[in-house]
Amino acid sequence: MNGEFAPVRGRFWTTGVKVMLVFMFAGAIALLARFFGGLGYITNNNDAYPWGLWIGVNVAGGVGLAAGGFTTGAIAYVLNRKQFHLILRPALFTALLGYTFVIMALLTDLGRYWNMYSPMINWNFTSVLFAVAICVMISTTILYIECIPIVAERFIGNVNLPPGLRVFNTIIDRLLKFANNTIDKVMIIVVIVGIVFSCLHQSSLGALMLIAPSKVHPLWYTPILPLLFLMSAIAAAYPVVIFEHLLIEKSLDKKPRMDILTPMARFMPVLMGIYLVLKIGDMVSRETYVYLFDGTAQTNAFLVEVIFGVICPFVLVLFQKVRKSPGWLFFTSCLAIFGILINRINVFIVSYSPPYGGIYYPSIGEIIVTIGFISTLFFVYRLGVTNLPILAVDSEEKAV
Amino acid sequence: MMLSRRNFFKIMGGAGASLATITGNSHAGESAETFDSFGCLVDITRCIGCRKCEVACNAHNKLPHQDFNDMTVLDDYRRPDWEKYTVINRHHGYPVDDVDHNVHIYVKEQCRHCVKPSCASACVVGALTKKKNGPVVYDEKKCIGCRYCMVACPFQIPAYEDHNPVTPRVIKCTFCYDRIEQGKMPACATICPTQAMIFGKRDALLSIAKKRLKNNPGKYIDHIYGEYEVGGTSWLYLSPVEFSFFPELGNKPPPKLTEMILSGVFGYAAAPTSLFAILGAISWINNRKRSITLNEVSGREGEEK
Ligand code: SF4
Ligand code: SF4
Repeated sequence: MNGEFAPVRGRFWTTGVKVMLVFMFAGAIALLARFFGGLGYITNNNDAYPWGLWIGVNVAGGVGLAAGGFTTGAIAYVLNRKQFHLILRPALFTALLGYTFVIMALLTDLGRYWNMYSPMINWNFTSVLFAVAICVMISTTILYIECIPIVAERFIGNVNLPPGLRVFNTIIDRLLKFANNTIDKVMIIVVIVGIVFSCLHQSSLGALMLIAPSKVHPLWYTPILPLLFLMSAIAAAYPVVIFEHLLIEKSLDKKPRMDILTPMARFMPVLMGIYLVLKIGDMVSRETYVYLFDGTAQTNAFLVEVIFGVICPFVLVLFQKVRKSPGWLFFTSCLAIFGILINRINVFIVSYSPPYGGIYYPSIGEIIVTIGFISTLFFVYRLGVTNLPILAVDSEEKAV
Repeated sequence: MMLSRRNFFKIMGGAGASLATITGNSHAGESAETFDSFGCLVDITRCIGCRKCEVACNAHNKLPHQDFNDMTVLDDYRRPDWEKYTVINRHHGYPVDDVDHNVHIYVKEQCRHCVKPSCASACVVGALTKKKNGPVVYDEKKCIGCRYCMVACPFQIPAYEDHNPVTPRVIKCTFCYDRIEQGKMPACATICPTQAMIFGKRDALLSIAKKRLKNNPGKYIDHIYGEYEVGGTSWLYLSPVEFSFFPELGNKPPPKLTEMILSGVFGYAAAPTSLFAILGAISWINNRKRSITLNEVSGREGEEK
């Protein structure tokens, strides 16, 4: 490999990975129960609470975390900055995995999952969810196109099929080269279309709950919710990239690439600051602060979200010491990721109170499936970076 | 590899144009916003809680068998669910007569067949539609089971067949659409022994309701529930007491805001196309001096030419 990107070498089967395998297995069993017993068999959702953990975390949380990376990665092309280029591939790859898992998670939550093609034929332009569905589909397709070079670079001139299929080696090699070259030429357009659709579905995702004004708590029910969703997803982009870099480098015993991560962290306070100003400004202008200290579970969840998920990481990352230290930066990124996750959970689950009452809390089965999905995602990410040229390599390391 | 400027714009322009056609006709569609449609007027003072409407509904819609002679079910508050399109609930302790006796009232629950239904606006695939003559009906063939309609409905009406692993359906009152099409009344309205609910054109029902309010001072509170709630509903209610058993709702149809946002963002593809153009311009400026291929990124070619 002669690029700046290379598969990472390191011990694959750590204890953590084995634990993940166990979670994946448990999740698969829980999913079997869902597909044979029905949604009601395994989830706590009911007529009062049609949506639960799977929509809040697996779908909305997943989209929020994945598209951020996607957008940042794409900005590398638009702004054409070298330092972005180094995170481009990991960001694209995370986004690709993220979206793939979001779609799989969505399929497990749809009652009539086999009818998934229906939105492609039956269009309802008044439906926010339709807008989200179409834009997510287009964005995912675009991500796959954008990731072709990663695979192409690994296999061009290297195609080595098992005996019996050898005849196809040259053909596949040619196909890869052709795909790679075509994409080269139109990449910039693909990337920009990707950004546009990404922004569209991030914001429309925020408009979903606006159809239910009587059910959503006023702390979250705001006409600018789409803008807040978009901004928080963009603000979560760097934390996600930093988080996964530090995590994979730690678990593969590599030196953290602080030369890339520290400059990236400088953008965090700006983006988080914009989000924070929007969020607080919205609260002040709609005068919803009157609810803040009434002590209900909902307002407490709001306080946790804003204080620990937005203000804390914002203040922390203002310090140079934090930006330079892998440990602190990891912690800060975790807080920011927690912030966007808890925000999605709050908007889709906590803020929701149906008129005739009832309570919802996720069932064990729902939690197991969610953990299973997250483990699988981490597992595939690890498989990816150890086998494909995704992460940037140190120049000294490359010389070895 | 370097794109010539002209080529660059050609490609950008082409992509922009197709983007515009994809999203071009996506402004909010109109649903049948007609007040000339059918509705029902429920007069709570007349309902005796006999559950005959539940029987008729169950029979006409071939719902699972239940024991309708068992009046103890009225002891608990019930909601319509996957085997009931409609239920009667008893509400206690309303001091309504002259000597302050506590009187029971019975309240029928079912889909209100909103004039501007949130469920239909929300449904991804348009599986729920508002018919011109009033009913909001469900088409299971289109449905993907996302349950967004349930999130959207302000009256918490659509129920779900949670226990069905493969073909779960959204369950809600159909307003006996098939019967209305044949010129008949809904099964429940036909059977009611006290005419606690009457079927008719919505505006006719409204004037009947207003007449009852005027001619019987003190019998009802001065509120026709459903006249303005969420932009009006086909089912209207008169009550002797405050409607505390129903959700308190504004007069604005909830889909208004979401449809406005959607047409603002997607309408004529203006926003996406301009975002596309702006990003295109920025990247053109930033990429003028450099090649814009991924090969450069992976270091196969030099940084600067
Ligand atoms: S009451 Fe609910 S289900 Fe019935 S039409 Fe209105 S929004 Fe739809
Ligand atoms: S569950 Fe079915 S009817 Fe309800 S919104 Fe989803 S697709 Fe439409």
